[in-house]
Amino acid sequence: MEAILSTLINGLSLGGIYAMIALGYTMVYGIAKMLNFAHGDIIMIGGYLIYVFMATNNPLLAILLACVGCMILGVAIEKIAYKPLRGASPLAVLITAIGVSYLLQSLAQIIFGSASKMVMVYEFGAVKLLGVTIQVSSLVTLAVTVVVMTALTMFVKYTRLGRAMIAVSEDKSAAQLMGINVNRIITITFAIGSVLAALAGLFYLLKAPSVSNTMGAMPGIKAFTAAVIGGIGSIPGAMLGGILLGVVESISYKITVIAPYTDAIEFSILILILLVRPTGFLGKKRREKV
Amino acid sequence: MAMLEVKNLEVYYGVICALKGISFEVNEGEIVSLIGANGAGKTTMMQSVVGIIPKKSGTVLFNGQNITKTPCHKIVQLGMTQVPEGRRIFQELSVYENLMMGAYTVRDQQRFKADLESIYERFPRLAERRNQVAGTLSGGEQQMLAMSRALMSHPKLLMLDEPSMGLAPILVDQIFEIIKELHASGTTILLVEQNASKALQIADRAYVLENGVITLSGTGAELAQSDDVRKAYLGG
Repeated sequence: MEAILSTLINGLSLGGIYAMIALGYTMVYGIAKMLNFAHGDIIMIGGYLIYVFMATNNPLLAILLACVGCMILGVAIEKIAYKPLRGASPLAVLITAIGVSYLLQSLAQIIFGSASKMVMVYEFGAVKLLGVTIQVSSLVTLAVTVVVMTALTMFVKYTRLGRAMIAVSEDKSAAQLMGINVNRIITITFAIGSVLAALAGLFYLLKAPSVSNTMGAMPGIKAFTAAVIGGIGSIPGAMLGGILLGVVESISYKITVIAPYTDAIEFSILILILLVRPTGFLGKKRREKV
Repeated sequence: MAMLEVKNLEVYYGVICALKGISFEVNEGEIVSLIGANGAGKTTMMQSVVGIIPKKSGTVLFNGQNITKTPCHKIVQLGMTQVPEGRRIFQELSVYENLMMGAYTVRDQQRFKADLESIYERFPRLAERRNQVAGTLSGGEQQMLAMSRALMSHPKLLMLDEPSMGLAPILVDQIFEIIKELHASGTTILLVEQNASKALQIADRAYVLENGVITLSGTGAELAQSDDVRKAYLGG
């Protein structure tokens, strides 16, 4: 019973992190129709920025500055690397995104070295809940995730800008005809995605207090998997996919026999779902035009 | 002075020339129809005028202002709104949200609410279905929504691209009635249609577009009488 509860909470908090990252993938895909494979590395940059700004000895300030830094970086990447390729073949954009990913990893290595850096953002400790020891950081992660996702859902559903994002993701030229500045919507999307990635970086530091230049790679791929499982382009889908993957991962780690195969299990789920439901759980089927 | 003046507009798709230097104008208060067969370049013309597809050369003036290189979203703010071919309503958004997107350039909430009310009054079907996802509307309702959505931005010039496409004859009549009403209430209209007889009937002036070239122009009545037009577009 205790094991189940702690596994579940760990799974949900890990899933929350995946969902945060997956939201960045899915929103950018929905609106700019591209896979931003550099998205995972924004997590890493977020981690390093927190490391740098922890020099202020103020964790909240460091987190805030890291979020702003990642936001600027994400918008700059879009403007410099992706915008000139608008209308180019998807393959060109994809290769560019992979290039940006390696560029960020290499830059981090040049600046910070290849050894990982220790960052202690905040020591939350642990609490006993129903006889189970639980890391408070997991609960904080879970709580922040819930708040952020609720806020994002409300933003998309109830604001003019949020509705415009849906309109752009559905039909870019019709949206332009409404007077919506599509480039501005794309910029905002990258900004939001990058802030979410910075927060994901923070949550990784709360779990394990070290940053390295490749720390974003695996979470990036996992979150991308989550986005596809949930249905790429769908915001609730990214949340669902992320949580699902996090819970599966955490359960799989608990079972000694299959623990070494956890990554394989997660990617097998992706393959399985792509076979049965190519659009993911909440993805839309593209309606054929008559 | 013409409200919309297009001069020597050329558009290429790669190496293929879709519009070979067309010129036309729309004066304030007119209904101008542009007719032509499938593939003549009608939709290309509409999309390039508002900047959705790039122009190779030529000039577009709107109320004397050069908008050749103005991005599409700014053109809407100037008072030129287009109802695109195939309606292109936002299927996942509700009827209300579609209208909200139509009013994207309207910052005044009072005005938005008043406009919304008058649309609902004019199209009770849309009022009944205001919270329904727009993708579930019938073809005729979708066309009404597309036109209402465009009206939310208070266009001085309303550009309609094939509004009768895919609709039953009775609905086509209804759509043309609405166009007349809009015109009577002071909106200038540029209409692109394959339904040549209807489009010429309603038009003050009209142009015939063939293979990217304007081959004929005149008043609606003149073109309806022309032998060439009758043979090619009006079934003899």
